[in-house]
Amino acid sequence: MRELLLIIVPLAGAALAVLWPSERTRPWLMPAVGVVHTALALWLLFSPPQVDPGAWFGFDPIARAVLPAVSILFLACAAYGVSYLRIRTERPNRVFVASLLAILGLLSAGHQARHLGMLWITTEAVTLTAVPLLHFNGTSRAFEATWKYLLVGGTGIALSLLGSFCLGYASVRGGGSGDLTFVALMAQGHLLSRPWVLIAWVFLLVGYGTKMGLAPMHTWKPDAYGEAPSIVGAMLAGGVTTVAFTAVLRVRSVINAAGAGAAADLTLLAIGLFSMLVAVLFLLGTRDFKRMLAYSSVEHMGILVIGAALGPAGMWAAFFHVWSNSLTKGALFLSAGNIRRAAGARTVDEVRGMSSVTPQSAAIFVAGMFAVTACPPFGPFFSELLVVRAAVATGHVGAAAMFLGCLLFAFFGLTRLVFAVVDGKPRPGEGAEGKRIREKAGVIIPPLVLMGISLWLGLATPHALQAAWTDAVHQLFPAP
Amino acid sequence: MNSTLNLLIGMAMGLNLLALGGSRVPQVIRAVAVQGIVLGVLPLLLEHDFGWLVALVAVITVMVKGFLIPGLLNRAMRAAKIEREIDPFIGFVPSLLLGAGGTIAAVAGARMLPLLPEHAGTLLVPGALASIFTGFILLIGRAKAISQVCGYLILENGIYLFGLLLIRSTPLLVESGILLDLTVGVFVIGIIVDRIQRAFDSLDTRKLTVLRE
Repeated sequence: MRELLLIIVPLAGAALAVLWPSERTRPWLMPAVGVVHTALALWLLFSPPQVDPGAWFGFDPIARAVLPAVSILFLACAAYGVSYLRIRTERPNRVFVASLLAILGLLSAGHQARHLGMLWITTEAVTLTAVPLLHFNGTSRAFEATWKYLLVGGTGIALSLLGSFCLGYASVRGGGSGDLTFVALMAQGHLLSRPWVLIAWVFLLVGYGTKMGLAPMHTWKPDAYGEAPSIVGAMLAGGVTTVAFTAVLRVRSVINAAGAGAAADLTLLAIGLFSMLVAVLFLLGTRDFKRMLAYSSVEHMGILVIGAALGPAGMWAAFFHVWSNSLTKGALFLSAGNIRRAAGARTVDEVRGMSSVTPQSAAIFVAGMFAVTACPPFGPFFSELLVVRAAVATGHVGAAAMFLGCLLFAFFGLTRLVFAVVDGKPRPGEGAEGKRIREKAGVIIPPLVLMGISLWLGLATPHALQAAWTDAVHQLFPAP
Repeated sequence: MNSTLNLLIGMAMGLNLLALGGSRVPQVIRAVAVQGIVLGVLPLLLEHDFGWLVALVAVITVMVKGFLIPGLLNRAMRAAKIEREIDPFIGFVPSLLLGAGGTIAAVAGARMLPLLPEHAGTLLVPGALASIFTGFILLIGRAKAISQVCGYLILENGIYLFGLLLIRSTPLLVESGILLDLTVGVFVIGIIVDRIQRAFDSLDTRKLTVLRE
């Protein structure tokens, strides 16, 4: 029952936000729901419930290994959102608050979905609910980004539906009764019709890969992340991509049970390395620091699927990386939002010297940049190290070398942009003309807390989390 | 019964080609609308024991795909004063040839896939593959937002056709959930088309080029 509350509480909060009369107090619903959700998620993390094997939704080990990270990220974004919406009083926030809360509920459902159809419905609903958030700013650029998001995202979602149908047909053709829970599909194993399984894998990987933002299906990402408010960018990069990643993992476990695991891992490895490569090329070229975060997200999605392709050890590292990526990316997005507002622009041609205008945000931004480029002692360093170790242990030395090369060039790309923004003298006539802007605690503490957790994950990964990741790996690689 | 089914799916495949070759936007919208109606009645043919839920799903599909969405698109088209697709990325004759080739390939390719005996004699799988392919050609090859939405709708029709393979074995609950979601998705697209035209006074996606490296 507790696990269903994770879904019901945010959705009820969304309904309440629609009915709430006051524009000024409505944003407080977000942190209120966030606190309840985080408390529930952490409680479930430490004392996991029994999962009924045939249930359509359940807090199984995969949900336990991933969902609390999304919950913490949402809480930070919600706290930031209260201060943010107070600055943006010129725009009505009813739809914004309701959509953000609904997304949290749907993400909780998507992470817990143990049924192929339910998984698709919840991820589709997340995609649609994000639409009003993307054009919150109401500019023509925001509309353009929304249009591309809908067209590319809609096509991706359509293809994942086609893939789900193919997997369903593989089950029916193999004598299945039409039970599309992942447990039933995995139990069918080798009876699943092999050609249909392979077709299903291609469509599902392309479909959910579009949602994750794997190259070459990443084209919506820079526009959406660049134009959306920072909290939305943080939730998309840390929460929505995560649900798509767990979808890929659940599907992969069925493909693995059907005896095509080696082919699936090979495609994951290839698409992951390709994503990293594409991301790095764009990171070296872009001049916009919000779009930079999008390409960095593409790179990290690549790292996640590479980890998932490398057997149990790599999968464990991928779960670790989900946490370190979500929390670090959140801190980066929120601090980048502060800088963007203070400077009134977002390209390196227009923004510089932010360390003297917004010193605290700039400090978090730089620390986040070092964390996300895998500098010790932050979380991403350790998770990426484990991915490399898993690659070498499974004999993928070439892939490991390419992985490290991409990380190095990503470091060049990110440092080039971040220091161009932070260093130097502020431009005259821009923003506050070099005067220091008072940074409110409401927009500084949330990213600071996220950075703190990222650091804590790196220095002393809690045992409960390690156990949760191990359990999730056992669920994905069941002992024969 | 299979002959009626194949006749209807054959019609849908013909409408694909009509949508590919049409240079006038209303013609493409009409092709999509008729295709929606034709496909909407298929569940009634496939389901042996006639239940009220199947009938409801069929009625909703026909209403939404055949009337509501085309109506939205027509309104957007009139508001933006676009009658013709001018200078598409892939010309009308090449896209027609591509579509015809794709249809033939779909019929040939479907023979190689392992199907259940009751599906082997139907055009369900070839029709689905051909529509998906047509949808992609329109999505990639047209510049006007309305034509791209039509491509997306044809793509969805193809996937819907494929889903009919499973209508007997999966619970109808999932099927209707899926139907509901498709409706919502397309509805949002309708709203966006409406918004976009107010923002740009035209639905030419070539003008959507501010955001790029």
